[in-house]
Amino acid sequence: MPEIPTKLRGRAHVYGRPHINTDEIIPARHLNVHDEAELARHAMEDIDEGFVARVRPGDILVAGEDFGCGSSREHAVWALRGAGVKVVIAQSFSRIFFRNAINNGFLAIECVGAAELASTGDDLEVDLERGLLLNHTRGAEARFVPLTDFAKELLAAGGLLPFVLAKRAKVVA
Amino acid sequence: MGMTITEKLLADHSGRERVVPGEIVNATLDLIICHEVTTPPAVAMLKKLGIHKVFDPSKILVTPDHFVPNKDIRSAELAKQLREWREEQGIERYYEVGNHGICHALAPEQGHVLPGQTIVCGDSHTTTMGALGTFATGIGSTDLAAALATGELWFKVPETMRIDLEGSLPFGVYSKDIILSIISKIGVDGARYMAMEYGGSGLPSLSMEARFTITNMAIEAGGKSGIMPADQVAQEYVKARTSDAFRIFESDADAHYASRHRIQVSALEPMVALPSLPSNGRFISELSPVKMDQVYIGSCTNGRIEDLRIAASILAGNKVAAGTRAIVVPATTEVWKLALKEGLLEIFADAGCVVSTATCGACLGGHMGVLGPGETCLSTTNRNFIGRMGSTKSLVYLASPATAAATAIAGVIADPRDYLPSSGHPVLAPTGTDDYLWGV
Repeated sequence: MPEIPTKLRGRAHVYGRPHINTDEIIPARHLNVHDEAELARHAMEDIDEGFVARVRPGDILVAGEDFGCGSSREHAVWALRGAGVKVVIAQSFSRIFFRNAINNGFLAIECVGAAELASTGDDLEVDLERGLLLNHTRGAEARFVPLTDFAKELLAAGGLLPFVLAKRAKVVA
Repeated sequence: MGMTITEKLLADHSGRERVVPGEIVNATLDLIICHEVTTPPAVAMLKKLGIHKVFDPSKILVTPDHFVPNKDIRSAELAKQLREWREEQGIERYYEVGNHGICHALAPEQGHVLPGQTIVCGDSHTTTMGALGTFATGIGSTDLAAALATGELWFKVPETMRIDLEGSLPFGVYSKDIILSIISKIGVDGARYMAMEYGGSGLPSLSMEARFTITNMAIEAGGKSGIMPADQVAQEYVKARTSDAFRIFESDADAHYASRHRIQVSALEPMVALPSLPSNGRFISELSPVKMDQVYIGSCTNGRIEDLRIAASILAGNKVAAGTRAIVVPATTEVWKLALKEGLLEIFADAGCVVSTATCGACLGGHMGVLGPGETCLSTTNRNFIGRMGSTKSLVYLASPATAAATAIAGVIADPRDYLPSSGHPVLAPTGTDDYLWGV
């Protein structure tokens, strides 16, 4: 079983605007595929053409309110994960994006004021145990909403499908 | 403390006496709707896990809708995967191109949606079907995979926002104007995670077509679902399409609501949502006549027969302005056929509109009317996000089919009240058209 990392450190990519929608994260013209590597080549394309060239494995995406609103396309989560993003920290998430992230075992964390705390390129650390977002570049920190027990269970299982299957196996046994 | 319709539905489907907002429940699903964009990834996930059978083929409905008829080779592959999967699973409720439709319009129209059901689909506009008293919500592909394998899904019981519609629609104002005004009032995340429940003295006078437009856009306010009680109008709509039994859930008088809103429908004007958020709604009287390169009438929001009748009543005997293109996309094959029989297609063609087969098409920048840089489009669809209908440098304005039709004639944003036949709402269709179609 994959363990949830307790600490993640990476470079920030900050998009502070509220309501960044899934059409911007992965435009519908790319929905004729669902291969993660291919989707990754177009991540954030309609909001920032340079994102894909700059992003590196382990980076952290920081956003404002209502990140991932709009369409239910899980391709948005796959595109970001495929591009190397380890965690998205936003002021708040749209519900389907959040659900898709957790279902994929992909970390989505709600942190009030996250976008004001960081600039693109800053060295960030997410401490899941203490519920802290640390900005090592600025020497600043913010508390975030801890994940619910249910979300933790899903993440610990590696996502929804392994979680559901494990439960099923238990019932059968 | 009583319960809302949504709480009752979720309690019932998770074997509980009662549930409260915030609780996580595992609910059984009555209908799972599948299209070609989000289903193939779900099927691939299941195959990888060695799950080769869906839980119950009779509870699944399949139609390709987003990029049909296939817009390119890769879309063709997706549609092919969908087709082969449904055959291998023995899913009978399948609507191939030629009988197809945008799933949220097709499923209720063909009698698959029954009051009291729980419904999911890998598409955010699944909320549409809540207008028939169902709990209907959009999910991603992983949720869809779990739903197809087990027939169940976890839900956080949502809080409910209650919206009462009071009075009746004024001349030239439609249900699209109601929902655009609500979203403008509460914002694109004003109902985040919530069920948007409708009631009030104005609801009974709205047709099912008009109601679907309202619940369709719940997601545009961040809602988990839109829901209306299955009243007389809803029950008649369902009974005309199926003899299957259904159950009615109603909110208790002492149900708890996170917030309550009242909309004086009779005080509304035609609304236009300016680029690039659905919450940028303005009364049309406040707007200057901005030039439109394209007008788009269609989608799961406004591509039903009533929408086409309204548009045709304005376009009849008129021409689309030089310098403007008008595209009409019936939401389902059945709507297309009805429009043919009622003479609407001829009206559109004579006016200089392009009429397409049913598809999600250009609503999401797929095909059949994608916008280029710098172009403007007034559209009856649901989202005007940056790049939604094509280029990130194009601009989309949202409005009702009436406003769209008036705008097509004027070539600039125009008030439908200046173009509508003189009094009352247009009724182009011969009385009893639905009787003729549905055999009641």
